[in-house]
Amino acid sequence: MQQEVVLAMLAKEPSHGYELRARLGEALGPLGDAMNAGQIYVTLTRLEKAGLVSVEHAAGLPDRPDRKVYALTPAGQQRVADWLAEVSWPRPDLAEFHLKLVAAAAARLADPLSIVDAQRRELLRRLRDAQRAALAEPARSDAALLLEGIVLRLQADLRWLEACERNWTTRKGRP
Amino acid sequence: MNEDGGAPVLRAQGLRKQFGSSDTLVRAVDDVSLAVAEGETLAVMGPSGCGKSTLLHLLGGLDRPSGGELYLAGQRIDQLSERGLARLRRRAVGFVFQAFHLMDELTAVENVELPALLAGAAPRAARRRAAGLLEQVGLADRAGFLPSALSGGQRQRVAVARALANDPLVILADEPAGNLDSEATLDVLRLFDTLHTAGQTLVVVTHDSRIAATADRLITMRDGAFVDETRLTGGSGGSLGALAGLEG
Repeated sequence: MQQEVVLAMLAKEPSHGYELRARLGEALGPLGDAMNAGQIYVTLTRLEKAGLVSVEHAAGLPDRPDRKVYALTPAGQQRVADWLAEVSWPRPDLAEFHLKLVAAAAARLADPLSIVDAQRRELLRRLRDAQRAALAEPARSDAALLLEGIVLRLQADLRWLEACERNWTTRKGRP
Repeated sequence: MNEDGGAPVLRAQGLRKQFGSSDTLVRAVDDVSLAVAEGETLAVMGPSGCGKSTLLHLLGGLDRPSGGELYLAGQRIDQLSERGLARLRRRAVGFVFQAFHLMDELTAVENVELPALLAGAAPRAARRRAAGLLEQVGLADRAGFLPSALSGGQRQRVAVARALANDPLVILADEPAGNLDSEATLDVLRLFDTLHTAGQTLVVVTHDSRIAATADRLITMRDGAFVDETRLTGGSGGSLGALAGLEG
C-alpha cells in the first residue's frame, strides 16, 4: 500500500489502525480482500518515523488491544496536499504486445492472429471476473466504481485487439 | 463437443449458408459445427460481416441452411416444413434483436403475452404469465406502457420477457445491447446473469465484449467459420487487485 494512500485516509480525522482498514475495505470492496492486514501497520510505523504521522495512546478498553490513535502532522498534511495535486497515471504497456505481433509476422514464427486470439481469451476471462464482481456490488458504491474502471480499461484493450485483428487480417491478404 | 455430459439442446453439424452463385458466391456460414449444452450461455463474437447474425438466424429457423444438419433437443429441424418451422419459432425458441422489434401499438404486457396467445394459450393464463415475466425483468410498473413511452433499456427488457413467454428451450440474442447506452447495457447484463442462474440456455452473437464476457464459452468467427473457441469460466490468470494496481 502506497504511503500517500494511508496518509490520505487519515486526513479525515485521527483514527485507529482498524478504522483505516475499514475505510480502505469499503473503498476497495472485493479488491481489498487481498490486502495484507499487517501492511497498514508497517506503513503507519514508517510514516511515524518519517514525522508525517503522530501517535497518541488513547486510554482504551481492556479487550481492545489497538489503542493507538494516528493523526497527520503538519508535514503529513502537506504531503497529502502535494499528492492530491500531483498528476500521475500508470503507463499502459502496449508496445511489447505490438512488437510481439510485428516480430512474429516478420520472422514467420507465429500467426499474429493466433496471438491476438490468445490475448483476447485472457482479457475476456478477466473481463468476466471483473464484471461479475461489479454486478455483485451494490450500485453506486465506491467499490463498484473501481470495478467499473477495470471493466472499462479491459474493454479499451479489447477494442485495440480488434484493431490489431483488422490490421493483421488485411496484411495477410496482401501478396 | 458437449463438455457438460448431457445431450445438447442445440446442435449443428457442418452448417452452411451461401448467397449468390459461382463467381459472386458468398459463404456466409461455412461448415460450422457446434453443440450448446442445457443451461449454457454461448457467445459468438466476430467482426461485422463475419456471418454471426446469419448463423443465429439459421439456428432459430428464421432462415434455411444451404447444407448441414441442425438439431433442437435431439430433433432434426433443418428439413422441417414452413409450417413446422413457424411452430418451432413460436414455441421452442425465443429471439432478442438489436432493434427490439416490439409491436408499437401494443402495451408492454400485450407484447409479452403475444407469443403465448399465438401458441394457443388461454388469454387469462397468457396475461398472468406475461405479468410475471415483466416483474422478473423489473418492469412490473410499466406493464401498461406503449414501447414509445419506454427507454431503450426498458424496451429490450420487454423484448427479453417476450422471448421467455413460451418457456423456450433456447434464447437467441443478436447484438442485444447494440442500441443501448452503457447504463442500459448493464441492465441487460444483469438480466442475462439472472437467466443464466435460472438455467436458461442462451446463445448470443455480439461484438460487445461486455455482453460476450457474460458467457461460459466464447466462439470467435471470421469469414463464416469458427476460428477460436474458449471457456471463460474457471477464472483468469491474474487477480483483480493486480488489474487495479493493488499489490498482493
